[in-house]
Amino acid sequence: MATFDFLLQGLLVAAQPMNLLYALIGVTLGTAVGVLPGIGPALTVALLLPVTYRLDPGGSLIMFAGIYYGGMYGGSTTSILLNTPGESASIVTALEGNKMARAGRGGPALATAAIGSFVAGLIATLGLAFIAPYIVKLALVFGPREYFALMVLAFVTVSSAFGDSTLRGLTSLFVGLALAVVGIDQLTGQARLSFGVPELLDGIEVTTLAVAMFAIGETLFIAAQGDKGPDKVEAVRGSVWMSAADWARSWKAWLRGTVIGFPIGAMPAGGAEIGTFLSYATEKRLTKHPEEFGNGAIEGVAGPEAANNASAAGTLVPLLTLGLPTTATAAIMLAGFQQYGLQPGPLLFATNPQLVWGLIASLLIANFMLLVLNLPLIGLWVKLLTIPKPWLYAGILLFATLGTIGANPSVYELGMLLAFGLLGYAMRVFGYPIAPVVVGLILGPLAEQQLRRALSISQGDITVLFTSPIAAVLLVIAAAALIVPLILRARGRGEVLAQLAASED
Amino acid sequence: MTKGHHPSTPTRRPDRAALFIAAVLAAIAGLIFWDVSRLTGTAGYSQVGPTTVPYAIAWCLLGLSIWTVFEALRGDFPERERQEVAPVIWIVAGLAAQMLLLNVAGFSIATGILFALTARGFGKRRLWLSLPVGIVLCFVVWVVFAKLLQLSLPAGPLERLFF
Repeated sequence: MATFDFLLQGLLVAAQPMNLLYALIGVTLGTAVGVLPGIGPALTVALLLPVTYRLDPGGSLIMFAGIYYGGMYGGSTTSILLNTPGESASIVTALEGNKMARAGRGGPALATAAIGSFVAGLIATLGLAFIAPYIVKLALVFGPREYFALMVLAFVTVSSAFGDSTLRGLTSLFVGLALAVVGIDQLTGQARLSFGVPELLDGIEVTTLAVAMFAIGETLFIAAQGDKGPDKVEAVRGSVWMSAADWARSWKAWLRGTVIGFPIGAMPAGGAEIGTFLSYATEKRLTKHPEEFGNGAIEGVAGPEAANNASAAGTLVPLLTLGLPTTATAAIMLAGFQQYGLQPGPLLFATNPQLVWGLIASLLIANFMLLVLNLPLIGLWVKLLTIPKPWLYAGILLFATLGTIGANPSVYELGMLLAFGLLGYAMRVFGYPIAPVVVGLILGPLAEQQLRRALSISQGDITVLFTSPIAAVLLVIAAAALIVPLILRARGRGEVLAQLAASED
Repeated sequence: MTKGHHPSTPTRRPDRAALFIAAVLAAIAGLIFWDVSRLTGTAGYSQVGPTTVPYAIAWCLLGLSIWTVFEALRGDFPERERQEVAPVIWIVAGLAAQMLLLNVAGFSIATGILFALTARGFGKRRLWLSLPVGIVLCFVVWVVFAKLLQLSLPAGPLERLFF
């Protein structure tokens, strides 16, 4: 089968010594940054993007893959040992994991999270490899209107389907879309919303916006909460190894979590959170030890953690095959591709198969490295958790500005960083989600391009958008994803949606 | 949107901060209308051009602004926690100082100041200690990233002293 050959070729690319080194650096940095409290995968990827600037595209993307998986892994360590999850996808892990750590079972909790992540990552990455060619084939028949409909669907699911308010989600999205208009129009070369400022002609950098919103906005927000005393880090006591009973209770949960998480990530439904909640609910219903839930049940760590990683791999399906980011992390990864002039999508599979399959193969390798690296090094990660807040956040700002300066050492770019940082802070204070702004900024120009192409072909006839069956179905789903939550919230059933909010910091 | 230092108003009264957000959204919409209207009408025969999408976005922002007004009047916005202003000012001052000093004093000194002022915002009051620590740390970072990874980070007097 062709997929298998491609994957083997990819493995050969990824197994070159330099690429192995890049992957190793990637997973180490990704875990180290991801483990820091308050830093989720989106910020990890945004902060570490500048490290990869000087590498060739292949090496850089391989390092990136490692950073992505490492960041996901680091987040779960934080939530088990510290009751403040670094990423919202780890909230569920914290429910049971932190209880286990308090009961002195931190070791097995970390182990089941690590092995569960490995199992889920392995299966889901293989799933990605086998599904991708089919979606690429499907995507080749997509015209501009189908792409536009797909992007509308992504906009709706990222901004308003989950979270506690349709209004605030949509507002965030449209702020992002408005920022996306700034700069030179791709099709006619006219300057829009740049007010004669030459620096604005290039548009707003996605990485600048993401770093400002996630790093600076978050730092300001944490600082503004005042001193609430140090967080308590649970020490890892006893053995890291799982007992036979732990294994027996974990393995089914890992597989169930993977089966739940992967499809959810692969659909343009936004966020790994939904999968973790569903997995937690499933484990709670199926367990033979219901009394342990809420007091540190190992299934409650194993399932959601597997679901989390499976959907992280799942988000790569729309990203790589369609060029469609459905989370803030994926949006920043897309920015990473674009910095090399690469546009993920069906064409990339045709024009640059080595790169794509090398990337997929290095995800497998990164996954394996994480397993080997993390269990023995757990003591080191725990030390990182105990960095006092002032130094931690001072360091975060140091690296946040370093990335921006490295990309473009101008006073102007730092000014943008400060302005968007304040915007991110204000949005946090008023409960606006951040991810839609980032996704809107990067996906806005692509959606506009497709829309204008579709309308040019039809000579301005808008009905053409609804006359293709695929586009019509996608738009109907998008409308449903917008309207159903509105009705649910109006009838006071909004809490469930609020819990599923996709807010990655 | 600007800084949210507005104290949370009691519920059931019009939420003034939310009304302000609505005004800002309307202002952005107005700005888009104004800017795009001066683009020459190059819609061409298909009636879609560089102005189509910005107009659509501006109309949506206007709609969201009106929606926000309704929610503000009904007190639908969530309660906000009290925000400490002083730490925010310290950190913003640090970022501003770094921005202005970067090309004059170089990466290490400018970013060292940011480091110390951020730590100050989080309660480390001893600037005479955190400032040198910050500058030394930033210098090490500069060496690693500018020399080893070849990122273009501006050099200042301190960097030129060694390289």
